[in-house]
Amino acid sequence: MSYPENFRYTKEHEWILVEGDTGTVGITDHAQKELGDIVYVDLPKPGAAVEAGKTLGSVESVKAVSDIYSPVSGEVVAVNDLLATSPEKLNEDPHGAAWLVKIRLSHPAELDSLLSAADYQAYLGE
Amino acid sequence: MPKTLGKVRPHPTQNEPLLFELSRPGKRGYQLPPLDVPEADPEETLGADNVRREIEDFPEVSEVEVLRHFTRLSTWNYAIDLGMFPLGSCTMKYNPRINEAVARTEALAWAHPYQPEELSQGAMEIIATLEQYLAEIFGMPEVTLQPAAGAHGEYTGIMLVRAWHTAQGNPRKVVLVPDSAHGTNPATAVMAGYEVKTLVSNDQGMVDPAAVAAAVNEDVAALMVTNPNTVGVFEEHIEEIAAILHAKGAQLYMDGANLNALVGVARPGDFGVDVLHSNLHKTFSTPHGGGGPGAGAVAVQPHLAPFLPVPRLKRENGLLRWDYDRPQSIGRVRAFYGNFGVLIRALAYILAHGGAGLRNATLDALLNANYVRARLEPHYQIAYKSRSMHECVFSDARQEKLGVRTGDIAKRLLDYGFHPYTVSFPLIVHGAMMIEPTETEPKAELDAFCEALIAIAKEAEENPDLVKTAPHSTRVSRVDEVAAARKPRVRWTRAPGATEVHGLMLS
Repeated sequence: MSYPENFRYTKEHEWILVEGDTGTVGITDHAQKELGDIVYVDLPKPGAAVEAGKTLGSVESVKAVSDIYSPVSGEVVAVNDLLATSPEKLNEDPHGAAWLVKIRLSHPAELDSLLSAADYQAYLGE
Repeated sequence: MPKTLGKVRPHPTQNEPLLFELSRPGKRGYQLPPLDVPEADPEETLGADNVRREIEDFPEVSEVEVLRHFTRLSTWNYAIDLGMFPLGSCTMKYNPRINEAVARTEALAWAHPYQPEELSQGAMEIIATLEQYLAEIFGMPEVTLQPAAGAHGEYTGIMLVRAWHTAQGNPRKVVLVPDSAHGTNPATAVMAGYEVKTLVSNDQGMVDPAAVAAAVNEDVAALMVTNPNTVGVFEEHIEEIAAILHAKGAQLYMDGANLNALVGVARPGDFGVDVLHSNLHKTFSTPHGGGGPGAGAVAVQPHLAPFLPVPRLKRENGLLRWDYDRPQSIGRVRAFYGNFGVLIRALAYILAHGGAGLRNATLDALLNANYVRARLEPHYQIAYKSRSMHECVFSDARQEKLGVRTGDIAKRLLDYGFHPYTVSFPLIVHGAMMIEPTETEPKAELDAFCEALIAIAKEAEENPDLVKTAPHSTRVSRVDEVAAARKPRVRWTRAPGATEVHGLMLS
């Protein structure tokens, strides 16, 4: 699976796609592969405040529970309900239908410290 | 002979039905005399809302059927009394029978926590003696035996840290936890109201003092470290790490899950630890199958002692008393005085071994783990080159190339008659295989275990499918772990369309 050019990435394997003042956040294809079959996704409620680099929620696979870190600070404005009933979508379409949350950015400058698609792939290659 | 004939035998292709499936209407394991009063209608007497419908499908079976059902199941258990239990990080050592004999002494078995103190002096002496011995073993002056489990001990320990910081005017905000830690460490810190910051281990599998120095500041309450850590490696820089923390007023918490590598050889109190919990059910050989009960003793340095849970034992006029007058105490963490039956067993273990015996047990635990490592290293990838202590951690890197993962190898071990090692933990090792033989395994058992793993490594090369589809000799082979987690069915329901044929439920 390719890593879209218009996404920004974290070293903790989250991605964000910013449109206007809102960013859609998910986990990368690499993350879902490492986790294996995902069985449960724990996400914040709309309205929750999140901080860049802090825990946003968690994903549970057959072998482990892993934290998801927010790539940016802001307010959660939408949560992907699909994942509550179909966590397996995260294995099937991590860069698309299985987005996690949408966040209204409070500090857009934080985006500058995130990785480009090329940087992220180089990081994975290390 | 067809397997469907005859009664259920210890044959791996046969499984035991559920009690629900054994049920036949009207069967029961008791008889009552006929009613000599008029029968009451529950709905009328109690109201229809109070009559439970959901138990209508409860199994109806005779006494002998229930007994045989559970006895048959019990003979299918794997236990330390049947063979090696190499579950890493769990210290599944054999529990000497002397522990049981002592714990079952009538006067102890029947002791009640509401007995007056005058009549409980013996039981209190046991607690006092165990506290004193553990203090000596850990090199830390005071010990509480109240916590009922390891994570409970962790929580108690971090609450002591919080109380100490608070008494100095600032509880602080952050607890540092290495990425190799047991999951209970960050969970404890969060439950105690702290934010967790993760420290990345270095390429030797150790906490890097430079990383601690970079992370610690006036907001950091403590570092929680396991030593030896979960990759079975001794944190060689522990004294330096303690000094870095103490210079900033932070505390060093040690998770004592792996104390089986240190008892009688090294004392946490001597290498800078401020507070420590010890899983008595691991290191001090009390049974811990089936989830407990456990005991998570907590040892502290003098500055944390005023905060220990109440009550504390106190000697007055030659008698032991419970002292509740401890104004700085964090309060009780458990009803009564801890899991007393477990404490007796731990003390029996310590006394039966003596100091020299405990040290010997530690050295044997190290020898066994390193023997396993030496035998398996030609066949499996060791996770870190650093020296192993009481357990060794491999990665499935070589087998993964053949499509065989740690979980597959563990399942294949069942076919060889062994309980699996710890699978996929610690998380920092890709495809982890964590093996802790403990000191109690004889060489012949270690050899049989190693030879099984060596044979599986060979199978992975020659016939990977055999390993990937294992186990083959158990009653239940691979279950769908993913479906079980995603769509759990936790209650039995009669299969739709099931009919009764010759007393068997066939769907």
